[in-house]
Amino acid sequence: MHKYLLQRLGYLIILLWVTTIVTFIVIELPPGDYVSTLVSRLEGTGHTISEETRQQIQKEFGLDKPVHIRYIKWVEQITNGNLGYSFDWKRPVKELIGQRLTLTITIALLSTIVTYAIAIPIGIYSATHQYSLGDYIFTTWGFIGLAIPNFMLALVLLFIGLRYFGVNLSGLYSKEFMDAPWSIAKLLDLAKHLPIPVFVVATGGSAGLIRVLRATLLDELEKQYVITARSKGLPSAKVLFKYPVRICLNPLISNLAWLFPHLISGGAITAIVLGLPTAGPMMLRALITQDTYLAGSILLFLTILTLLGTVISDVLLVVVDPRIRMERSSS
Amino acid sequence: MLSKLTKTKAPTSTDFSDSYYVASQWELVRRKFKRHKLARVGIIVLALFYTIAIFAGFFSLSDYQKRDVDHVTMPPQNLHFFDEQGKFHLRPFVCNYIYTLNMDTLERMFEEDTSNCYDIQFLVHTHPYKFWGIFETDLHLIGVESPGYYFPFGTDEFGRDLFSRNVYASRISLSIGFVGVILSFFLGSIIGGISGYFGGAIDMVIQRIIEFIISIPSIPLWIALAAALPHDWSSVEVYFGITIVLATVGWTTLARTVRGKFLELREADFVMAAKISNMSDFHIIIKHLLPSFASYLIVILTLSIPGMILGETALSFLEIGIRPPAVSWGVLLQDAQNIRSLALHPWLFIPAIYVIVTVLAFNFIGDGLRDAADPYKQ
Repeated sequence: MHKYLLQRLGYLIILLWVTTIVTFIVIELPPGDYVSTLVSRLEGTGHTISEETRQQIQKEFGLDKPVHIRYIKWVEQITNGNLGYSFDWKRPVKELIGQRLTLTITIALLSTIVTYAIAIPIGIYSATHQYSLGDYIFTTWGFIGLAIPNFMLALVLLFIGLRYFGVNLSGLYSKEFMDAPWSIAKLLDLAKHLPIPVFVVATGGSAGLIRVLRATLLDELEKQYVITARSKGLPSAKVLFKYPVRICLNPLISNLAWLFPHLISGGAITAIVLGLPTAGPMMLRALITQDTYLAGSILLFLTILTLLGTVISDVLLVVVDPRIRMERSSS
Repeated sequence: MLSKLTKTKAPTSTDFSDSYYVASQWELVRRKFKRHKLARVGIIVLALFYTIAIFAGFFSLSDYQKRDVDHVTMPPQNLHFFDEQGKFHLRPFVCNYIYTLNMDTLERMFEEDTSNCYDIQFLVHTHPYKFWGIFETDLHLIGVESPGYYFPFGTDEFGRDLFSRNVYASRISLSIGFVGVILSFFLGSIIGGISGYFGGAIDMVIQRIIEFIISIPSIPLWIALAAALPHDWSSVEVYFGITIVLATVGWTTLARTVRGKFLELREADFVMAAKISNMSDFHIIIKHLLPSFASYLIVILTLSIPGMILGETALSFLEIGIRPPAVSWGVLLQDAQNIRSLALHPWLFIPAIYVIVTVLAFNFIGDGLRDAADPYKQ
């Protein structure tokens, strides 16, 4: 077990290193750099910039050095906890993304919990009441949930809120709390706004999980041991929860590995539509203005988050399933 | 899963006639697929959508780029069968709209002008267009003679006909899934095949790379890649750029399945026989391995098309995908970004319905194919 954990940890470190390279490549891909974007934007508004000033800005941001030097410098800074400087916001990246990432993680974690809270009871119900009205309703709902992209669902909810109830559901805080320091009242206000994004993000994920759980549980319920247990006169709730349901939780846990990236990714686009102060919208803007360090840091952290999600799901699987535990510790 | 929902019926005695036993594998798949009701609905819907997309000019009602300043953000026009006297007309008609400006809210209020109505014509000659860019024609399936007009989905903020824009948008939105899937098919089957067939260290490295790509959240990655497309690219270049962006993530699932199947079949007797007969590795892969699980590949490809369509829609919606004047469903949905304008003009959301119906149809077909391709399922 310990050996497995160590192995997993070593692998994680290699992945983190690869992540920094990929992030850096993605960030360097757009033609031109922040200075050229800035210059063309200024020229668009009628300003002219001399070649000298241009070079000066470039030097100031270290953009005149070759790629590999910039990469090494960037990684060096990150390991020192310095994420660089946002050209666009004129503030250190660390200050900018701290709170936004916390909110992103909060929404992702809450959505994970809600996803499972929706999917597990419904999946069990659908499988045990196959072809019942409820099963049909949930299966249909699952199909539609998979077909509606997050951002459309967010738009529809915004639309319904504004058109029929006259309330604006976007954002995470009411106006009066926007810049207020943290307090109980602000926290309550946040709690009022959170359900919409959490619900939107959780819908798509739970639709997939319901399908998986329903299918595996249906297969499991047909097996001999269930029939044996039933014929022994075990109460049906016990027959259901003692073995088949526990076995079916396995694929759900291994699904966590893809669910987490999915939720982060769905969360990003939902946040853009709902205008939430999370990392997604900031990253979109940073990419468009070629604010390299900011966009890079956000992509890096989002990827690290999902990598951690994968590790957690792997470890959980080992904890839950003795078969996998045996296999992994013997290898 | 869904087959249970639609209750594929148990084979009756007629199913086991001689033709059942001599039928080829594909014939069996076809028969099973035909019993899947939802999949059939999906096929019909998609056939309709693709026909409309292919003959977009013929099905459009007006020039999709034409701006009409007199009919800005006009609601969908009503189609009438009864006139004011309550008399029934077999040929439906539409009435022109006149607008007044509400001076308080500065909104345009449209009202039907019942004295100014026009019959719907079939196979009518109206605005000219280029058929597949080859020859000029002005024949349309339906239309209204000038000065009448028909905007069944209303118009956008520039007075462009949203129905015709939807029809043209479906060209890009429906084809991008296919082009993207073909790309991921090549990448996925080649890389997955190499990984599964050779195994060992190569397999290890490729699997780790795939795991890594899957663990990057796809939408932020897509956003990052799409933002990297140069601004001066033409519509066609952007189109292919976007498909490449979508395929960079899309190939991984396919590669995993192909690898799994290769690992499973590598030990099979027929592969051993081929090896002993001195067949080359490449030949074995192409001739024996790929055909033996082609049906699985088709299922996975069908199920990954909707993801591509949704990806394109999301990117275009965020204004980093397909760029106007080219239209896709995502581009049309940009108008719905402003929630206040959407609340006033809900018909701007019609493209979303197209997206959802298309994705549902693909999912139904994919499920039907999956059940049909499974030889152990009756």
